[in-house]
Amino acid sequence: MRFSGTETYVTTRDLTLAVNAAITLQRPLLIKGEPGTGKTMLAEEVAAALGLPLFQWHIKSTTKAQQGLYEYDAVSRLRDSQLGDAKVADIASYILKGVLWQAFECETPAVVLIDEIDKADIEFPNDLLRELDRMEFFVYETRQNVRARHRPVVFITSNNEKELPDAFLRRCFFHYIKFPDRETMARIVEVHFPGLKPALLREALEVFFELREIPGLKKKPSTSELLDWLKLLLAEDIPPEVLRSKDQKAAIPPLHGALLKNEQDVHLFERLIFMARHNR
Amino acid sequence: MLIDFFLHLKSSRLPVSINEFLALLRALQEHVIGPSIDDFYILARALLVKDETNFDKFDRAFGEYFKGVEALPGMDALIPEDWLRQAAKKHLTDAERAKLEKLGWDKLMETFRQRLAEQRGRHAGGSKWIGTGGTSPFGHGGTHPEGIRLGGRSENRSAVKVWEKREYRNLDDSVELGTRNIKLALRRLRRFAREGAAEELDLEATIAGTARNAGWLDLRLRPERHNAVKVLLLLDIGGSMDDYVRVCEELFSACRSEFKHLEHYYFHNCVYDYLWRDNRRRHSERTSTVEVMHTYGNDYKLILVGDAAMSPYELVQPNGSLEFNNAEPGALWLRRLTDAWPHAIWLNPEPEHSWQYRQSTSLIHNLLGGRMFPLTLDGLERGMRLLSKA
Repeated sequence: MRFSGTETYVTTRDLTLAVNAAITLQRPLLIKGEPGTGKTMLAEEVAAALGLPLFQWHIKSTTKAQQGLYEYDAVSRLRDSQLGDAKVADIASYILKGVLWQAFECETPAVVLIDEIDKADIEFPNDLLRELDRMEFFVYETRQNVRARHRPVVFITSNNEKELPDAFLRRCFFHYIKFPDRETMARIVEVHFPGLKPALLREALEVFFELREIPGLKKKPSTSELLDWLKLLLAEDIPPEVLRSKDQKAAIPPLHGALLKNEQDVHLFERLIFMARHNR
Repeated sequence: MLIDFFLHLKSSRLPVSINEFLALLRALQEHVIGPSIDDFYILARALLVKDETNFDKFDRAFGEYFKGVEALPGMDALIPEDWLRQAAKKHLTDAERAKLEKLGWDKLMETFRQRLAEQRGRHAGGSKWIGTGGTSPFGHGGTHPEGIRLGGRSENRSAVKVWEKREYRNLDDSVELGTRNIKLALRRLRRFAREGAAEELDLEATIAGTARNAGWLDLRLRPERHNAVKVLLLLDIGGSMDDYVRVCEELFSACRSEFKHLEHYYFHNCVYDYLWRDNRRRHSERTSTVEVMHTYGNDYKLILVGDAAMSPYELVQPNGSLEFNNAEPGALWLRRLTDAWPHAIWLNPEPEHSWQYRQSTSLIHNLLGGRMFPLTLDGLERGMRLLSKA
């Protein structure tokens, strides 16, 4: 199994290497990076490229580690006991399988995505240490040991909202997705919009990177925003000259709402443009 | 194999473990990568470094080990950004460029070290000092056939070694606190503690437990969740400290809700007989230090913030204070403070490596039993850990 990017996902050399190393050594790969650089996409693309089933586990602030393994539906059991259902005697029928259990049971190797692990409680990663290390866990209610048939490829994403414990980090590979440079960005755009007029692309990238350079932006536009913006530009059929024109009226790039998501940022940007006009 | 490399990383203060090192060797054995130093760099980084704040350290350590580059004295003492700011740039013709003497590696490093030692200010457009523009081999934006480029953008592509490559420098957590990382700092200050006897009915656990027992009532109790940390904050105010004090106050008041009690007082340079709460009325409304000691019990954690830079006389001599006739020396007062509140730390905005050169700083460092921490994310983390242990 080797991953080398897909038709819809451009990877850098260090990212493919990290992915392949994690696959070969069967360790989880922890991905960090600016929002919108394709952390979650990675797992989907790897699963698609290798032809493996993907199990996604999206973490919220209320998620418990146990929920990824299994849940004991005690309330149903209580209700059934009131109704005198015969099922009540068998506790196994109230055990609901979690994402990890499903992945462990899978006939083929699987890809597991644990998305935004930093959203969960601070103890969450610690509770998964043994499960991710040994790829097995114990179901107390039924006294059953669940072990993975094939060690799944595990991707974990984090937005750095919480520190992850050392013991957890030691068991992972780590990759920090850097913001793509101009060439990589051009490749990414080419993948998503093949045959985009080169002139338009060049101008658009220039505007985009200039926008990222503006100091003081709350949320810099990221790759996914660039792609959205290009989609709009194409849909509106805006000629490349408009983007670059130093014409006073058109100094604000068209459809900039797709790039700047924050009211304050738009405001700041417009003020800068206004000042630039005055200096001219 | 590669044991020296591992030890080198360790001595560069990277948090690497034997487990990870063995995993790296296994990866090599399984031929995850071909024989390429670039691939090895990527692999080693993915396996050994788990935090982008350490990438910069790793880059330096890796470079030192594999290029045989000797650790330069200037790498730690960062060259002030100011010298390198692109101010002016000379455009040279090819003929002029050829005229510039090529110094050669050894000579270059040698001269560089000399310059680092001698230079004290910002330069631009010259041909000798570290600066911008110009034709000196050091600095950036200039033209020299074989120079060391420091910061700035690669323009002529002939720098032998590119320090700017340290592109993760901004992520290093030993930089001082600013607005960018204040959020992270807040997180490190938050320490919840559940202590005491079980005293609160845990409704959810009770329902779940009862359901689990198929209807047999199962009462569950849990300790009340509250933050027991009480903090007494003493801030050095006046002069050079004001900026830092502002950052600190923002920091602590932002997480006021996390502490059970947070009290603050000001002092100047060192604590003497009086403290005050409002700096504008420092002479009219002041509180005696003894009274403060009697007011707050020894379960308060004492956090002093100050640069600890003063004349040693202020610490060891009676009447040594700058603005106040103190009957007893500052050191005695500090000792009283640490006796009254055994859990005390001192946060110092000055960089850690410069402490030993100041007599007063090392004195206070000793007085506090080594519990002085720099005012950085890392320092806060260490300080808070020490305080929460107690």
